[in-house]
Amino acid sequence: MLQQTDRPGRLIAISGKTIAEKIFSAHSGTDARAGDIVVADVDFVMGQDGTSPLAIRALDNMGVAEVFDPQKVALVIDHSSPSPIEGVSALHTIMRDFGKRTGAKVYDIAEGVCHQVVPEHGHVVPGDLMVGCDSHTCTYGALNVFSTGVGSTDGAAAMASGKLWFKVPDTMKVTYEGSLQPGVFSKDLILYLAGQIGVDGATYEAIEFHGPVIDELSVDARMTISNMAIEVGAKAGLMKADDKTLAWFEGRGTRTPAPVDPDADAVYASERVIDASAVGPQVAKPHAVDNVSPIEEVEGTPIAQGVLGTCTNGRLEDLGIAARMLEGRRVHPDVRFIVAPASKQTYLDAMAAGYIQTLVEAGAAVVTPGCGPCVGTHNGVPSDGENVISTANRNFKGRMGNSNAFIYLGSPATVVASVIEGRITDPRKYFG
Amino acid sequence: MTGLKAKAFKYGDDINTDYIISGKYKFKSADMEAMAVHAMEDLDPDYHDKVKPNGGFLVAGKNFGMGSSREQAPLVLIHSNTKAVLAKSFARIFYRNAINTGLPVVECDTDLIDDGDELVVDLEAGVVRNVTQGSEIPFPPLPPVMAQLLADGGLVEHFKKHGGFNL
Repeated sequence: MLQQTDRPGRLIAISGKTIAEKIFSAHSGTDARAGDIVVADVDFVMGQDGTSPLAIRALDNMGVAEVFDPQKVALVIDHSSPSPIEGVSALHTIMRDFGKRTGAKVYDIAEGVCHQVVPEHGHVVPGDLMVGCDSHTCTYGALNVFSTGVGSTDGAAAMASGKLWFKVPDTMKVTYEGSLQPGVFSKDLILYLAGQIGVDGATYEAIEFHGPVIDELSVDARMTISNMAIEVGAKAGLMKADDKTLAWFEGRGTRTPAPVDPDADAVYASERVIDASAVGPQVAKPHAVDNVSPIEEVEGTPIAQGVLGTCTNGRLEDLGIAARMLEGRRVHPDVRFIVAPASKQTYLDAMAAGYIQTLVEAGAAVVTPGCGPCVGTHNGVPSDGENVISTANRNFKGRMGNSNAFIYLGSPATVVASVIEGRITDPRKYFG
Repeated sequence: MTGLKAKAFKYGDDINTDYIISGKYKFKSADMEAMAVHAMEDLDPDYHDKVKPNGGFLVAGKNFGMGSSREQAPLVLIHSNTKAVLAKSFARIFYRNAINTGLPVVECDTDLIDDGDELVVDLEAGVVRNVTQGSEIPFPPLPPVMAQLLADGGLVEHFKKHGGFNL
């Protein structure tokens, strides 16, 4: 405990700070504590093609013609990419024109999912505060960035001013002890948490993820966990930056990381310890992300389509898991298997590693890097009554474009084991 | 009796943004009037037709608006003539988006409201008057920052007035 005076003659005890409190303190010039309202400087602002057109309209309505810093604003065309219909084409044109007018970077249809593109290009570094007009902006918490999703008008305000108002969140501390069984992955850890605390278990809060299991995970695998923080209502899903994090940023961009650790005496709203050794493959059943079961309870459910990709699980490690499982095997003849690499770089790396060759030979349909079929715009809308197993983060009714389909969520290994067998399958037998 | 007056249209917990406006529509257009006919479609295909003529309050359980950051969600509700959303709790991004776009959001005990009840929502007094049941449901005022944004007419108007944040 530090001792600090808030006015002469009076001593009060001030505890340490969480990662969120430290980042908001540094970006607002205040001693930011959970519950405070601050106006903070943001290091980067992002929008995608579902949200940017409304942000551009809001800027127009504000009478703002320029962005605060063209180097700190990017728009990514990923949700309906390439455009499937003329209405979307018009929205994409609005984004491209905005980029030309303001100098803000537009990542066009070949580039990939915003949440892979933004960190890959070094637009954020550890210690940053950033906002994106997409709810899964919380993904970069794995990189020690306080990143959070906002709507288009908040995004416009941030693009105009480089600032946004925030309520400094309370923090839930989640510690994963033990070690992962073979065939069990970071996706299973976050689905397990969603099943435990529910879709509003961390609403208005940030989560800090700690423990030896997190330390052992690759950066790719950590991003899967932070990506889904919003699925339990959280504003951010933060992790410490370690040597792996810093190595990941080498050669990406020019900014210097400023990692932020929580203080040992930080005050958490709640703390939860999970024994990862006891967690098997998890599946979220239709139509809610917290409708989670151990895989044993859904094994054998027939599936018509599998999806590997999205901002949750479309990274190189995920494609590698799939390729190794499908080496010398084939996708079940009654199943469509759709693969969307998270970004152009992921696609190139997966090609160089031979993963794409293996997946295509096994029967996968590889689509343009982007959000793919996850948001129901194109690239694999299921038919009435069909079951889909996906590596995505949401299984809401109608999410993939047909409200009469049923979406199950699992790890890349669970999806691949299932597309091989044509029914939901425990992947552990492939990791014996 | 001052305040917004309309009928309650009641739904359950955890209403997500795909229910409010499905992704298959939201990405197609920036024309909210056209998209509003699909508001709440997968949960209640008649929502727009029921609410549009005379206005209504969307009443829900906990965690209303969970999911995506799509600002189309409050916008299609506004364009369906939804006067306010009343829920036990709200998802964070939806709550901000609602205030920024001018859709009043009221956190209150919605167990005290049935589908079809006539309500008067007095935002200034912080009370929902249930005319049908003859009861009153108090609710806490908006946080001062949000009250100021609403008083200025939303975030766009706040920026026009002050040239940036002035909170």
